[in-house]
Amino acid sequence: MINVNHLINLTIMKTDIILAGVGGQGILSIAASIGQAALKNKMHVKQAETHGMSQRGGDVVSHLRISDKPIFSDLIPKGKADLIIAVEPMEGLRYVPYLSENGYLVTNTTPFKNIIDYPPIEGILEQIQKVPNLISFNADQIAADLKSKRSSNMVMLGASSPFLNGISFEVLQEGIREIFGQKGDEIVALNIKAFASGKEQSDKILSQK
Amino acid sequence: MQKVLLGVEAIAQGAIDGGMSGVYAYPGTPSTEITEYIQHNDYAKEKNIHRQWATNEKTAMESALGMSYAGKRAMSCMKHVGLNVAADNFMNAAVTGVNGGFVITVADDPSMHSSQNEQDSRYFAKFAQIPVLEPSNQQEAYDMAYDSFQLSEKFGVPVMIRITTRLAHSRAIVEFKKQQPENELKLPNDPRQFVLMPAIARKQYKSLLSKQVLFEKESEESSFNKYINGDDTSLGIIACGIAYNYLLENYPEGCPFPVVKVAQYPLPRKMITKLCEACDQVLVLEEGYPIIEEVLKGYLNNENIIGRLDGSLPRDGELNPDYVAKALNLPTSDNNETSDLVAARPPALCAGCSHHDVFTVLNKVVAEYGEGRVFSDIGCYTIGALPPYNAINTCVDMGASITMAKGAADAGLVPAISVIGDSTFTHSGITGLLDAVNEKTPITVIISDNESTSMTGGQDSSAKGKIEDICEGIGVEPEHIHVVVPLKKNHEEMYEIFKREMDYDGVSVIIPRRVCIQKNARDVKMRRKEQQK
Repeated sequence: MINVNHLINLTIMKTDIILAGVGGQGILSIAASIGQAALKNKMHVKQAETHGMSQRGGDVVSHLRISDKPIFSDLIPKGKADLIIAVEPMEGLRYVPYLSENGYLVTNTTPFKNIIDYPPIEGILEQIQKVPNLISFNADQIAADLKSKRSSNMVMLGASSPFLNGISFEVLQEGIREIFGQKGDEIVALNIKAFASGKEQSDKILSQK
Repeated sequence: MQKVLLGVEAIAQGAIDGGMSGVYAYPGTPSTEITEYIQHNDYAKEKNIHRQWATNEKTAMESALGMSYAGKRAMSCMKHVGLNVAADNFMNAAVTGVNGGFVITVADDPSMHSSQNEQDSRYFAKFAQIPVLEPSNQQEAYDMAYDSFQLSEKFGVPVMIRITTRLAHSRAIVEFKKQQPENELKLPNDPRQFVLMPAIARKQYKSLLSKQVLFEKESEESSFNKYINGDDTSLGIIACGIAYNYLLENYPEGCPFPVVKVAQYPLPRKMITKLCEACDQVLVLEEGYPIIEEVLKGYLNNENIIGRLDGSLPRDGELNPDYVAKALNLPTSDNNETSDLVAARPPALCAGCSHHDVFTVLNKVVAEYGEGRVFSDIGCYTIGALPPYNAINTCVDMGASITMAKGAADAGLVPAISVIGDSTFTHSGITGLLDAVNEKTPITVIISDNESTSMTGGQDSSAKGKIEDICEGIGVEPEHIHVVVPLKKNHEEMYEIFKREMDYDGVSVIIPRRVCIQKNARDVKMRRKEQQK
């Protein structure tokens, strides 16, 4: 079943997205693929990234805004994000205060434990379950099943694709092709496959709601 | 032509298109990508625009001034604290003036995402009395870099472009302008312009002072500054740089209050005066220190000027749309509480990094002498301050590990140990080591050499292949210079050397050398790619 709020958003053609993860998990590739697709649709794009010290295994975030109207701020105000894409569950939870009332949290459930005081994962997942519009699943498992561990970020992008207003599944695929094109056909194919699997997961979860 | 660029990349492209002949820089977040962009740019390669890394910001800026002396357009780029290193040249270049356009791009880091302080470079520009351009968005970053050389040549002074982290590292579509040609080689008209002996310097300084009124007039007429009318004069707003975007974010249909958008300094006095006269209160939005606010508020504490000093905005850190909304009494989200479960995730040394081996062994040795004697520096190894190692006791400025260890040893803290990286050593460590050699101060200097400037993304290090020779050349005794390979199997050997040299009553240098694993992975990938071609 399709969410009614989601239909309303379609007419606005704006999506404010928080991408969250740990340095090295590939959130910038997700952002670049969405950005590329948005440009194909002649939309405006702003994308604030985390560079520098935090890229050494610290928490990283990207504010990605796409719209058919000019965008002012590089940062999304709290409570205004239409979508959070988290490649790591605690990082998803970190940015929940940015989520709007009708916004979706799309998150991986596999923790990335590079700190000694990583909280119990059950607690993190329990908190995440409180988010009303939620898509959560084990993206690492799906990527592993595809024998492409490193493409769990594209699985997450696929799962997020239904919530990107004004950008179709096909245009997103083209975006991925262009972003990964330099790395060769094999890498592109793997990423496209991961992307499609993520979309399937999302559809499955949405249909159960 | 248009392209999606980071704010700093927009500056790089604008500089290339504006006819720049050389960029001179030392890596530093958030400025690094300017030079990297130029290094990878096809046009820059074709025209052989100078784009190699310099050893530090001072050598970079001086070389850029030299290129300006020879009539060509040059840019020097750095992070805010890098300007401290180059300050001697910076202050004096304002007095010599320029021949070819000379632009200094400084990327400030409010909120200290990757820095030791959040100093505001607009103060430095005011100190040197030169114009500043501060973009509010990526297109303006491009346009300003493009125009900046002309502005510099028009008035014969260096021009600063000041950008802050958020804009530096945010992407948007940027429209390119026509490629300008480079300047021809041409000596200064006045052969004594660059000779700052007292009599000439006094004359030059008076010339700089006389230009101040022209800079102000230029700001008044600049298309980057704007007075925007508003019906509600209960409040007026001065919005500088990126803060202008945060203001518009809160009023997408237009701001009801009069606004002065400031993007070129010195301040456009007429616009500011008009705003202050028209409005009951004036809110100043600045990304950085409350410089304008302080000037307008004055010593007599004018209560109608509000901003960071009266608590309308936070006193420190970067701005964001939420802070600006609060200052405007607009509603903000009340869902502000991040779950208590969420733990901080500080940066960490990569798995397999050579610094792990250095700190493991160092901690073992230091435990025998007592803690609190490890002076360190700025680079990936600064992460050694965090658990699990808690291995270092200082991180202050580039090169300070060696000199602070020396001072502590002078005070009687023996042995005193310095931990510094290869790139930081050539940046600012060599002179301090010479001080210690000259006095035979009992310090042990560990140059943790990963053959790369890693924290900023693995740029080439000026030190590569030269460290032992440099140390020997400035007088470190050869028998007290050791190179070791920091691997687990060598920990015992490392321990023995560390221990022996810490007991030596003089200067020792130990160089644990193993290439940065990130750089190594990139190099392997690159080689594979080339083989496929």
